Amino acid sequence: MSIPITEPTTEPTTEHVTGSAAHGAPLPDVQLHPAHRTPSLDATRLTAESVHAWFGSTKVLDDVSLDMPPGVVTALIGPSGCGKSTFLRLLNRMHELVPGASLAGRVLLDGVDVYDPGTAPTETRARIGMVFQKPNPFPAMSIYDNVASGLRLTRRKTRDLDDVVERSLRRAGLWSEVEARLSSAAGALSGGQQQRLCIARALAVEPSVLLMDEPCSALDPTSTRRVEETIEAIAHDVTIVIVTHNMQQAARVSDQCAFFLAGDGRPGHIVESGPTDQLFGAPRDPRTADYVHGRFG
Amino acid sequence: MSALTVAVPAEPPRRDITAVLPRADRRLALGLRGAALTSVSVLGLIGLFLLIKAWPALHRAGWGFLTERRWLPDVGRFGIASVLEGTIVIASIALVVALPVAVAVALFISEAAPPRLRSALISVVDLMAAVPSIVYGLWGFFFLQPRLITVSRWIAVHVGGAVPFLSVHDPSTASSFTSSAFIVGVTLSLMVLPIATSVMRQVFAQTPQAEREAAYALGCTRWAMIRGVVLPFGRSGIVGGAMLGLGRALGESISVFIIVSPVFTYTTHPLQSGSNTIAALIVERASESSTFGVAALLAAGLVLFAFTLVVNTVAGIIVARSRSGAATEI
Repeated sequence: MSIPITEPTTEPTTEHVTGSAAHGAPLPDVQLHPAHRTPSLDATRLTAESVHAWFGSTKVLDDVSLDMPPGVVTALIGPSGCGKSTFLRLLNRMHELVPGASLAGRVLLDGVDVYDPGTAPTETRARIGMVFQKPNPFPAMSIYDNVASGLRLTRRKTRDLDDVVERSLRRAGLWSEVEARLSSAAGALSGGQQQRLCIARALAVEPSVLLMDEPCSALDPTSTRRVEETIEAIAHDVTIVIVTHNMQQAARVSDQCAFFLAGDGRPGHIVESGPTDQLFGAPRDPRTADYVHGRFG
Repeated sequence: MSALTVAVPAEPPRRDITAVLPRADRRLALGLRGAALTSVSVLGLIGLFLLIKAWPALHRAGWGFLTERRWLPDVGRFGIASVLEGTIVIASIALVVALPVAVAVALFISEAAPPRLRSALISVVDLMAAVPSIVYGLWGFFFLQPRLITVSRWIAVHVGGAVPFLSVHDPSTASSFTSSAFIVGVTLSLMVLPIATSVMRQVFAQTPQAEREAAYALGCTRWAMIRGVVLPFGRSGIVGGAMLGLGRALGESISVFIIVSPVFTYTTHPLQSGSNTIAALIVERASESSTFGVAALLAAGLVLFAFTLVVNTVAGIIVARSRSGAATEI
């Protein structure tokens, strides 16, 4: 396996680096995105700084820091119950919807703390989209209405909704399969189509970041490939963070990986993070090596 | 294509699939079937009883029973036109007043109330359902009525000019407003409220968490999430709650009897004193009627019975068609 060449970034991310650095986040001087993918100028950086999380009195995350740069697909890997999903839900303030949930630390979206009292959670969630493990389209709504739902329910002005719906469905790789039946109920789609519909729905509100919580765990291989193609296609302007239990998927789609682990008296934390090639090819921690080679978890 | 034909092997004969039920299952099936049949036959027997007992009256009145407004069975002039209309008007008023409140309370309980307040509110609403209707009737008569007259008068004076059916004959005297369909309807709404709320909150609470989260993750406010997810999902609960409430309002007798001043004309001006319902008519006349009078009252009861059945059947169809009613979780 090859370790990617590391070189100082000179392109678009520089601005964000200074922006975030002003908030005290030390950021790696590494180009993580693949050479063929240049992050677009308005791509966004998401940074977690010393994040801790609790459900009631149970601590589930312990001091997690992770930089998720623009144009980079970040995969969160680790055994079940190690806090990956909690970490993901904490990034777009879905965590606080669980009664008794609390946290410490900061989550910076282009340098601005999303937990700042002045930041509305609805605004944060609109900028950081989410795709869930189980496809959850609104089953009684039509395919069209599902994609339009985010814009309609948040009362955003859109000049041409038809356009947005088509563009979002195309980006999610679903357009050709549903263009002839946009008004039929979403509940009638197959599981894989439903999941891509959920991706289209999330993309329609034009988020800068897309969080994906095991998006393919309920899908067949063909649908999985489609979702992975979508990830590759949108990664240049949507920062992507994906939780996956599938090591091959992590290796295929991600540019950097973070390995989470809980146990030995310590709640979920990051054992090791770095470029995907490095994590899979030359892990520093023996537990990472064991996990990525399927020896436990 | 080529003319080649391929010999299709004959399909094998299909086998019958039979299963011998274990004895315990057979007993269970028998017992359950018996229980189900009992409730259906009770319903049928009630209808049959009403029909037989009411037959002499129905036979004499003919179709005129449905069109005659007056109730003078001893001279052969009796019908349910006015009381049926009054029943519908009063029940509608009760629903119009109770439903928005019920939806709001149910949403507050299932979506917004902090856990402790939630369980307290649930108990209070359930207690409201347990209060005997005569208590509501007395309270409506002695407490609500004097206060509602002020409301009635305001509506009659300020809206009645533009909307004729909201006007009254002489708005200057309070007696124009007492014992009106409106006051009865508002009193009934207090009885409709707890039933409707209870059904609605239970259905709202079943809204799939995954869909709520989908809405929140799109940046929805709580209200947008309710509009987009909870209300569409809970439609069957709203209809079901409304219909159960309507059933209660249609059948309620004693509190209507206490408040209303019975008249046998159409209730065209609900704010104006005087109206009547089938149930109140039966209560009012039951003790003083002749044998034939009783038959006439039972005929009225039969109409109310049939009307309620129709309302509930229609509601059942609407509920079954909707998603939460059909329980088609996806």
